[in-house]
This record gives sequence, C-alpha cells and structure tokens, in this order.
Amino acid sequence: MHPGIRRIGRFFTAHLDSPLLGATLLLMLAGLVVLYSASNANLGRTSGQLMNMLVALGIMWVFAQIPPHYLLRLSVPVYVVGLLLLVAVALFGEVVNGARRWLHMGVTRIQPSEIMKIAAPLMLAWYFDRYEATLKLKNYVVGAVLLLVPVALIARQPDLGTAVLIFASGCYVIFLAGLSWKVIIGLAIAGGASLPLVWSVLHDYQRQRVLTLLDPSQDPLGAGYHTIQSTIALGSGGLAGKGWLSGSQTHLDFIPERTTDFIFAVYSEEFGLIGNGVLLILFLLVIARGAAITANAPTLFARLLGGSITLTFFTYAFVNMGMVAGILPVVGVPLPLVSYGGTALVTICLGLGILMSIHTHKKLVQT
Amino acid sequence: MSDFDMNPGVEMRDAELELHHFRVRLGIASTFVLVMFGLLFARFFYLQIVMHDHYHTLAEANRISILPIVPNRGIIVDRNGVVLATNYSAYTLEITPSKVDSLEATIDEIATLVEITPRDRRRFKKLLEESKRFESLPIRTRLSDEEIARFAANRYRFPGVDVRARLFRSYPQGELFSHVIGHIGRVNVKDLEKLDAEGRSSNYRGTDYIGKTGLEYTYEDQLHGTTGVEQVEVDSGGRAVRALSRTSPISGSNLVLKIDARLQEVVFNAFGDRRGALVAIEPESGGVLAFVSKPGFDPNLFVDGIDQENWNELNTSPDKPMVNRALAGTYPPGSTFKPFMAMAALTYGKRTPGQTISDPGFYNFGGHTFRDDKVGGHGSVDMYKSIVASCDTYYYALANDLGIDAISRFMGSLGFGSRTGIDVAGEVEGVLPSQAWKKKRFRKPEQQKWYAGETISIGIGQGYNSYTPLQLAAATATLANDGVMFRPHLVNYVEEVHTRQRTSIEPAPIRTLDWKREHIATIKNAMVGVNKEGTSARAFAGAPYSSGGKTGTAQVIGLKGEKYVESRVAERFRDHALFIAYAPAERPKIALAVIVENSGFGARAAAPIARQVFDYWLTGKDVSKPVKDDDDAPRY
Repeated sequence: MHPGIRRIGRFFTAHLDSPLLGATLLLMLAGLVVLYSASNANLGRTSGQLMNMLVALGIMWVFAQIPPHYLLRLSVPVYVVGLLLLVAVALFGEVVNGARRWLHMGVTRIQPSEIMKIAAPLMLAWYFDRYEATLKLKNYVVGAVLLLVPVALIARQPDLGTAVLIFASGCYVIFLAGLSWKVIIGLAIAGGASLPLVWSVLHDYQRQRVLTLLDPSQDPLGAGYHTIQSTIALGSGGLAGKGWLSGSQTHLDFIPERTTDFIFAVYSEEFGLIGNGVLLILFLLVIARGAAITANAPTLFARLLGGSITLTFFTYAFVNMGMVAGILPVVGVPLPLVSYGGTALVTICLGLGILMSIHTHKKLVQT
Repeated sequence: MSDFDMNPGVEMRDAELELHHFRVRLGIASTFVLVMFGLLFARFFYLQIVMHDHYHTLAEANRISILPIVPNRGIIVDRNGVVLATNYSAYTLEITPSKVDSLEATIDEIATLVEITPRDRRRFKKLLEESKRFESLPIRTRLSDEEIARFAANRYRFPGVDVRARLFRSYPQGELFSHVIGHIGRVNVKDLEKLDAEGRSSNYRGTDYIGKTGLEYTYEDQLHGTTGVEQVEVDSGGRAVRALSRTSPISGSNLVLKIDARLQEVVFNAFGDRRGALVAIEPESGGVLAFVSKPGFDPNLFVDGIDQENWNELNTSPDKPMVNRALAGTYPPGSTFKPFMAMAALTYGKRTPGQTISDPGFYNFGGHTFRDDKVGGHGSVDMYKSIVASCDTYYYALANDLGIDAISRFMGSLGFGSRTGIDVAGEVEGVLPSQAWKKKRFRKPEQQKWYAGETISIGIGQGYNSYTPLQLAAATATLANDGVMFRPHLVNYVEEVHTRQRTSIEPAPIRTLDWKREHIATIKNAMVGVNKEGTSARAFAGAPYSSGGKTGTAQVIGLKGEKYVESRVAERFRDHALFIAYAPAERPKIALAVIVENSGFGARAAAPIARQVFDYWLTGKDVSKPVKDDDDAPRY
C-alpha cells in the first residue's frame, strides 16, 4: 500500500480501539435491524437512525482524539456551565409534557440535563484527582454535594430517569475513589431505615404511583400497561424468537414506544432467548473492554472517569432491559446504541470516545 | 475489609498500592455487573422458556386488548330521596376526527340519514376545539332505534363514525338545582392536565365526563368511582371475541343532601322572576335546607356539550344566570347587620339593653350629617326599639363608640368576611372592613388611611361592608343557635352503592362564641319583636309559630344627600331587599337569609318570601307561588 495512504489511514484509526469499536458497531447494527421491524419496515426512519449513528460515531472519533488531560482542564468549566444552564431551566425553562427540561437558546433549544450526564462524572473525577494524595471523608462529602446539586435540579424538572442515571454515574466515581466501606454500609443502613419516613410524608397519589411501579398489574390502564404487554412479547418470543418482522405483539400495535424505550421488547420477541444472550454478550464486551481500559489507565482522573462511563453504560442497559422484562419500574431510559433517537446515542458514543482516548493516550502520558 | 480503606495519614504515596486498591474496587463492580446480567438472563429464561407456553397463548390469542369499564357515576338525591342528578343510557353517533378526511363533508353525508340540527353542528364544533383529534366525539345523542338501523345499514360508507351506547347525566329538576348540583361536562385538555398532575388520569381512561361546577365538581372523587378493567380477546379486525378477565368497576358513591327538594321549590317559586338568593340553614347542624340563586340555568344543556349560542346567551345575559349569587354574590347587609352590631355592643360593654338615646332623625359627625330613614326621628330609643324600628341613628353612634377594629373583630368571629367552608366550590370572601383591610386594599397612602367617618355607615351595614347571602345565613343560624357555629354543608352523607356504607358529613361545631345568655336573650327578644310589631310584622301576621327576623335594604348606588325615591331610579339601580330570620323562636329549626335584587325595602319584598318558607317548613302549608310585594310594608 502506498505509504501516504497508510499514513492517512493511521491518522483516522490511531486513537480508535478496535474491540470497543467492533462491539459498538455490532450493537448499532442490531439496533438498525430491529428498528426496521419496530417501525413497520419504515426505511425513512431506519435510515434516519443510520445518519444519527454516523454523527455519533464522528463525535466518538473526535473525543477519542482529545487527550485526557485536556478533558481534565475542561472539567470545571463544563460543570459550571452545565449547572448554570440547569438553574436557567428551573427559572425560564420551557414546559413540555408537564416537565420543565428545555431551554430556548435563540434558534434552537437544548436540554441541559444531557450535558450533565458527562459533566457530573467529569467534575467528580477532576475533584478526586486533585485531592488524590490527601483524600479524607470531607472530600467525599464535597463530592456528594457536587453530585447532588445537579441531580436535585434535574429531579425537580421532573426527570427522574435522568436524575437516577446521573446520580448512579457520580456514585460510581465516589465508590471507585475509595469511599470507606464503613461509610457505604452506614449509608445503606441509613437509607433503608429512612424509607418508612419518606413513605409517611408522601401524598396518597404519590404512594399509589410507587405501588404501581412495584406491581404493574395494579394499574393495567396506566403505567402497568407497558410492562404487561412487553412481558407478553418477551415470553412469547421463546427460545429462538418468532423471527424478524414476525412479532405479533409488535406488529399488532401492542407494544407502546416500541422504537425507543421499549425496542428491546421487539428484539426479544423476534429473536428469543438466543438473541437476548447474544445481545447481553455484546453489552458485556463493551463493559469488559471499558473495565480493562480503566484498570490500566495511568491517572486517577482517567481511571475514575473511565470507570464511571463503563458502569453507567451498564446501568443504561440493565435498567432498560430490566424495565422491559418487568423487574424494574418503567422509567424513561433508552437501550444504549439500540434505541431510536439521536441525543442518547451521541451521549453514549461521546463516553465511548473518551474511553478510547484514555486507552490510546496512555503511552504519551507515561513517557 | 478495612484493609481497602485509604489511609490519608501516610505521607509517602504508594502508587502501586493505590492502583491495587482501585483494581479491587473495579473488580467488585465488575462482579456486580456480572451478577446483574446473570439476574437479567435468569429473568429472560424464566419468561421465555419456563413461562413460554403461557405467554405464547396470550400472544397467539392475542390479541388481548385491555379495555376500561367506566363506572356508573353516583346519583344525587335530596333528604327524602328525590332524584336531583341521575344517569340514563342512550345511543350516540360519534366521529373520530383524526380518522375522517373532511369533517364537513362527512357530517353533511350523515345528515342525509340521521337528523343533524344546526345546534348539533355548533355543539360539535365547540367540542372539537376543546378535544384531541383522536377522541371520539358525539355529533348526535339520543338516537332513535330507526335512526340506528338506518345508519347501521350504511356504516361501511363512514369510516371513523360509530354508534355507541353511553351513559348520560340527567338533571330532572333542571334550573331548580342548577346552583347546587352544578353540572358535568366533557373532560377537556385542561382537566386532563390536572388529572395527570394528581396521578388520577388512569382512573379516567374511558371516562368522558367530569364534574365542572357545584356538587358535581366538589364531590367529583366520590361520584366518579373506580374504573374497571376488562381483558378481552380481539380478532384481527379488533372486534372483541371473548372476555379473559374482568375487574369490575366500582360505581361512584351517591350523595344524599340535607336539602329538601320541595322546600327548594317553594323558595324558587316564591321568587317568581325576580333575581336574588336565599339560603336556609338548620341551626343545630349547619345543614343547608334550601339554597337558591335566581335566575339559574338548565344544567342539562351542558351535559353533552353546550352549543355556542346558548353559551353566549347565558354568559351575556344581564341577569347573570351563571353567577351563584348565594355564595359568589356579595351585598351590603344593610339593616340586617343591626342585631349583630347590638350583640357586639353588649359583648364589649358599650351599651346596656335599657340605655336610651334621643333620635332627632340624623347624626352629625365631623361636619357631615348621617340621615335616618324616618324623618324627624324615632324619639327615645333603647336597644329593643333600635332593632324593632330599625333606627339608624342608634347605630351611627354605636359604630363610632365601638370603633372599626372592634366591629371587625366581632363580625369576623361570626364568619363575616371569610369563607364559610361550605362543601361546594366558588365561595368568595366578601369584604369585612377594618383598618388592616383598607391598608391592603388600596395603594395610595391617603386612601389607605381609615377615617373615623367611614365607621359610621358601617354600623348600619352599608359602606365597605359586603357579604355573601351564605355568610349572612350562617351568621343568623349561629345567632339562632346561641352562638354555637357550624360549618354549612349541603351533603348529609355519601353512600357507597355496593356496601351501603355511609360516610356522614359530621356536623362538628366550628366554634362556640363567648356570648352571655342574657345578651343573646335580649337580641333574640328584639328580633321576635321585629316580626311581631316591627318592620316585618305585616309579613308574619297570623303565623301559628313565633319567629325572629330583621329587615334590611342595601343601597346599590350612593345618593348624595337626596332622599331615595324609588320611582325615580332605574330598575337596575334600585335598592336590594334583604331579610334574615329564624323560627320557631323558642327552638329554631330553620334560619335563613334572603336577598331580592333591586326590589327596594326588605319588609316589602324579602320578608314575605321568608314567611312562605317558614310556613312550609314548620306547618306544611304549601303555597309555592310567586310572593307578591307587600307595598304597604314599612319603608325602612
């Protein structure tokens, strides 16, 4: 091959990680295949998602090029801007479907909680990295505050799904930074003990909502409907599934939101337990690769950030599939890389790009 | 586990050890991931292998559709079981706008088969504006069998148009109970948002109607019931083949009112076509016996959506039939305020019953002359005479002696100027004037100041005073009940349909006013005097029971120093007639306040209505015809 071409080729692939990229592409492919079925063979929608994927892959590439110490410097400004935007949303945000999530920025509108998904773990990783040598309990308390402020703002919008995910991503950083087991166990006990107290201050209708989350059959017309139908889709899929484009639950319109949050019900109905196994393995591949990269990262910042991204990716997948399979409450969390929709795709790929960057910039830092 | 803990005290940083600690943590997290995915896989295995047959059957037959079963709305009856609101089943012809290409053309086409009146079209248009496109909306209600047959034969021509059986609300008493019962209406976008916010929207799946005003609104939760669920198997065309499981709906509870429908009718008829309001209360419980605001409207107009024309007519009518005068209309109480003023004077020690003044027919204060209605005055006036003859001068002086804040405190304790808490929405507070109120009400400093001169006319129930007839009735009931105050309520009990379990609206006293027995006796004695030898003696002549009362007149416009001559004043600007009363005087069973708008003196227009109401309630004498004004009644 011509050396020039090879050089150009190396420029594009230098900072990519092939195992991670491979698993990502396979998951995206699965997403396109099932989306085609879920959208009733709607080519326009499927190709639209393909475009989303290309954009997301581009962003993944860009972030793979950015060395981690650049991100370290960006952490605080990104977090501060994200926080200010969240406050702005609380004050002047636009209400869509009863929740105040969007902010008008001249011609376009943005959803600042999406920025926080990256900004919160960045900030916490930066903070623990900075006090690496002298971490005391005080530092964990400060870390918790840095996390809880944006989480509270997002939960108030209300956007419980996103708040829970960001909370989880921050908790992973705090856990990996080495929060004492005594404190972890203490918090777990305190949390468990305060549940009855929380319960007692809830309104009747709020309690009813929680009960419905726990037992969907209590509200088969409302929130329970999704779970009942998606469980039937899964169960009827059996070992090998009903075959692509042949899911009756899907095509007779019984699965709500079947291209977005409930796309896994469609996949599961048509590809069965075998298909589910394959999907779980693909997700595990991404997670295992992420963990491996994290374990070998050179700085605490990179380790904490990489660990948080990896575990948050797992959380997305677990919460979504758990909700479709009826073991977790229905919250608005998409299946990473598979669900239709551009925003979540971009956020996920951005995180994967950071993981690649951590891996491929390792040697540069060490020398 | 403590070996994993960081030890910040160590000065030398051992990078290797730290990395080791991190990797242990990461290892724990990875194990967690594996366990969780294992759990997920186990769940998949359970659903897709173990339970496969079960779900396979469900999906195959699938065609399982989950349908809401709308509960029957509770009915509303009076204390004797007379039906005030009920349901009936009827067939409707409905259009789902999102499934129809051209609404106009479709409706024209339908009109060739089934009669569609212009009113139907207008009503449909209004419904369309308030609903979502995919909702099924009625274009015609109450189809005849023949019409159903005719449409059924042509159904294939009308995709998106269906005949449905629906329950309708009916208000057999029409206008008579419009301001008590209120009405239901179609659930609109705003109602849905509210239901969503309260987490109640799934209970309204399939429900088309919701209480909009009156008791229908206040008791919506109890009346609606719980929506049932039916899992049905549908064929490929979506038609139900058989029911798989069914959770029955729980019908809404029935409301049993304290109101007596016949008494209500007696009141309603007594008004004739005059405007006004009457509230009658049982003093010992606060139960409302009659609650009339005239004019009313036909609530049945609202049930399947009111058309624009009727809506405009109701809204723009100068008689304001949509306004519930009894609890949202506020009026100066006029001289009906005097017994309460006298009670305040006794309670605060500003007057004794026997203390007399000499009334020259006017009262001078700060260079201004306040006139009494009786030219030349009433002569020597004690407390009894001040109430029986309704002497203004007595109360001008009394108001000045009490001062505005004492008056305000006393009247506030009787419930004037605050919501009574009656179990129907829309109540207003009215105005109980005080220095603090004026400061809040006005913005300019010179307007915020209370002038002593303003207190004078407060004493005879004019000035800033403005109360609802309900407040006046409740205060009268409290006085009749010797200072023990109950929350007025319309509903006696809520009855669950299946269990017959009754939840009473308990008559718990709000408070007992700290009044002396002899003071109460003085005021009541004077009020009995009013009906026996005073301003309303003519109205109560020959009554087989004794009663207490007080007439009043509320000014609509202020006249500057001239004498009010009714014939010179346009009808809408004439004074309102007021009357408060209770009976029997010894042990009151009913207390009421009545206002007749623009009818001049209380003794002429309002007291005769009260007589008719008492006659029916205490002796069963049922006249039930418009009461004629008593033109020879005293003019004060």
